[in-house]
Amino acid sequence: MMSLQIAMLIGLLAPLMVAVLTPFLAVRHVWRDAAGPVGGVITFIAAVEVALAVLDGETPRLFVAQIAEGLAIEFAVTPLGAIFGLVASGLWILAALYSVGYMRGNHEKHQTRFAAFYAVAVHAAMAVAWSGNLLVLFIFYEILTFSTYPLVTHKESAVARNAGRLYMSILVGTSVILLLPAVVWVWFNTGTLDFRPGGYLEGQIDPTMVPILLGLFAFGVGKAALMPIHRWLPAAMVAPTPVSALLHAVAVVKAGVFTILTVVVYVFGIDFLAKTGASQWLIWLTAFTILASSVVAISKDDIKARLAYSTISQLSYIVLGAALASQMAVQGAALHIVMHAAGKITLFFCAGAIYVQAHLTKVSDLDGQGREMPWVFAAFFVGALSIIGIPPLGGSWSKFMLMVGAADAGYIAILVVLGLSSLLNVFYLLEPLSRAFFREKIKSVEVKRHPLVVIPPVMTALISVALFFYNETFLDLAILASGGR
Amino acid sequence: MMGSVIFTNLPALLVVVPLLLAPISALFTFAGLGWAIAIVGTGASFIFALLLQSVTENGARISYHLGNWEPPWGIEFVVDSASSLTLVVMSGLGFLATLAARQLVKNEIAEKDIGKFYAAWLLVSGGLFGLVMTADAFNLFVFLEISALASVILIGMGAGTDRRALIAGYHYLVIGAVGATFYVIGVGFIYAMTGSLNMVDIANRIPDASGSAAIYVGFGFMVAGILVKAAIFPVHIWLPAAYSYAPSAVSTLLASIATKAALYVLARILFTVFSGMPEVVTIALSNVIVPLAVGGVFVGTIMAIYEADVKKLFAHSSVAQIGYIALGLGLGTPASVSAAFIHIGNHALIKGGIFMAIGGFVAALGARASLDSLIGIGRRLPLTATAFVICGLSLAGLPLTAGFISKLYLVRAILETESYVILSLVLISSALSVVYLWKIMEVMWMQPAPARLPKLVENPAIYLPIWIVALGNIWFGIDANWLVSASQMAAQILFDLSSGGGA
Repeated sequence: MMSLQIAMLIGLLAPLMVAVLTPFLAVRHVWRDAAGPVGGVITFIAAVEVALAVLDGETPRLFVAQIAEGLAIEFAVTPLGAIFGLVASGLWILAALYSVGYMRGNHEKHQTRFAAFYAVAVHAAMAVAWSGNLLVLFIFYEILTFSTYPLVTHKESAVARNAGRLYMSILVGTSVILLLPAVVWVWFNTGTLDFRPGGYLEGQIDPTMVPILLGLFAFGVGKAALMPIHRWLPAAMVAPTPVSALLHAVAVVKAGVFTILTVVVYVFGIDFLAKTGASQWLIWLTAFTILASSVVAISKDDIKARLAYSTISQLSYIVLGAALASQMAVQGAALHIVMHAAGKITLFFCAGAIYVQAHLTKVSDLDGQGREMPWVFAAFFVGALSIIGIPPLGGSWSKFMLMVGAADAGYIAILVVLGLSSLLNVFYLLEPLSRAFFREKIKSVEVKRHPLVVIPPVMTALISVALFFYNETFLDLAILASGGR
Repeated sequence: MMGSVIFTNLPALLVVVPLLLAPISALFTFAGLGWAIAIVGTGASFIFALLLQSVTENGARISYHLGNWEPPWGIEFVVDSASSLTLVVMSGLGFLATLAARQLVKNEIAEKDIGKFYAAWLLVSGGLFGLVMTADAFNLFVFLEISALASVILIGMGAGTDRRALIAGYHYLVIGAVGATFYVIGVGFIYAMTGSLNMVDIANRIPDASGSAAIYVGFGFMVAGILVKAAIFPVHIWLPAAYSYAPSAVSTLLASIATKAALYVLARILFTVFSGMPEVVTIALSNVIVPLAVGGVFVGTIMAIYEADVKKLFAHSSVAQIGYIALGLGLGTPASVSAAFIHIGNHALIKGGIFMAIGGFVAALGARASLDSLIGIGRRLPLTATAFVICGLSLAGLPLTAGFISKLYLVRAILETESYVILSLVLISSALSVVYLWKIMEVMWMQPAPARLPKLVENPAIYLPIWIVALGNIWFGIDANWLVSASQMAAQILFDLSSGGGA
């Protein structure tokens, strides 16, 4: 038990240590740049340790401070939290490596500040993942927003500053105006903010208010990027690509859907939600978001913008899983956190690699470039297939489970939506590839080789393949999370 | 023996020590000495207040009879959980403001005036402590005037750097006098009807006299007078100019303690003095205090968003924050009143730190703090600016800061009363407060400083007090046990007195 608490401490503090040490290590750029990947490995090992304990049925706990009566800063790892912790820390290793290659290859300024805030953001994501109650979740949710602001505005241009304003006003605004009262409402009605298997709102709240409370959470968590509060995500793409890759495809956005999933599973309780039908409206809203953002994605020529809209669509898959409130759907949603993370980070890595090596940012510029960067495009292909949900890639499992979950819950129309979404995915994700390989080259560019931006996407692509075959750990955790055996 | 004499006379000492030290300070022109006397005076008050708080925190009530005259004939000081909490907050921040004042006044006040400056400083402090403790409605007026006149002097002393301080001081003098006059007219009505000036005695006699219009008129005048002093919208108009043209050290003192005393008095008048006519008080709370409070929250926030002078910006923000406190009082439930007390403490910490830091910028720059002069200040004065950021985040109510605790309990209290419209207004304005803070943060940190500016040096005598307050904002954001339980006890005491008729 003791060693488990130490593992939690390490998992939470290692990223923070990286952040604190980065300015001091900056005297030698090699030291500074090594800190991220090393910190990532340490954090990941701690996350694995904690996840294994959760698989054994334990709930690792770490008490920090009592703020006041009924308000504690405490960490307690739920199965969902274990999944998110594994994803965030594991992908940080590769993203840290990648960001060294990207920032150097691109000759970005303020690399030290960048590395430090990057690590703070990972710390906040780990704390969100392992939070023991809604208060702690809220606290680190906010810290995650504030720590990513300097990353979004990294370029310090007018465009970056405007994007930063939009980013902050949507994320902070929704969290203060909607999420905070939702949290206090739960606290006021039940006297607790803990997460409990099966939830605890049943009998504690007027059933007619349940859809409203759920709405406060769904829209208060701006990081889940439900329409119409999704605009911050495309705006955040002005940040350097390592930020878009780890934070705006994995840590930040997954913190959003993780929050919604956690609240549904451990506060509302899926049975209670299914019984009251309070989440029906959310099912249709996510369906709309899935399709609408896919359509928008098609219209985007900028690679990162297209990927951002694809992310918005995929995030709604996960919220959909929560809203369907059936065991299978929740398992699919939990698994989709993992599968989409691996797939989408690959795509962003590739987009950044194309930019660093050939300075191309538009889909239409990719014509005929396939042979110039074969590894990058191969990785892109694998990532795209995983997002579309084609076997033998990880993404197929979660999508399949979500479909079964929708059928279980009796929403046949949702099956159509998911199928349609896959078709749209095929269109906008494979278009860049078809252009790269089957069209005449229109732009001749000089490709500079930067292996540090090519190896990570290849690795994550391999991970996407591996996740098709070896996903038992995640599946078991997802089953635990949904309350199944 | 000595110890017990001091101990039994603590309430008197809390007022007498600063008031007696004031003329002594005025005798000297040597700057260091005046400051040392002020430190002794405010430091001693802080210790006295802590002692009083430790005695009364579990609900005990100290009644001190000045000159051994029995109430209701003589003047009585009452220290209970509610007043002792307010005293601790005020004297603590007053002491920290005095610590910071040493360097802050250097460029703003002429050397020869420093003795008088600290004399007025001590008069303000002693007067406000008396205001909080006295249980005599007329004596309260006397303390109101002592502290107000001394504040006018302090504000006017800003004229050395900006002549507009004179007008600001004059405005405060006139408007404050109107408020005090309203108050004393009200006291006259009440005295005529009940024949008593002792607050608890009045409370006991009001049921016999209620139904008489004179009582209602007296109530109205008293409350209206205190609203002016507490700077509740729309009678807050003296505050922005007074805070922003006063010397930096004075802004710190006034922002952290002056309106807090008036808000406390408002609570006492509403919940103790007029507890004998609850239906009228309820009408006043829900039809006057709450709408004005919400109005203040919005007007203050919006004025702050469009203000470019940084001191004035935070003065407007104070109007909004006072609105939150008044809202807590106005909702009139134990939970909301304790939320108001929590915010009295936290807001003193927040604004004290912010005005200290602005004073630090002014001292280093030698110019008024505006959105233009602060460009790039984050890199030029990193220590002061970082402490400022911490207090600013606390003002915005970011988690792990004191401001968050206030927001949490206020939101909970509003939810409890099911006033969803007020809740949404409060939440929206709290989100808007991020806008003006962000405006300053961008200027301070994100815009590069114009080239070839002189290098600025940070003075530990300036940034250490600021950091103490900034760390206090974090401390009370993580360990709020003391403040929350003391505030809940304070609210309970106020309501016990109002339902039980006092003792």
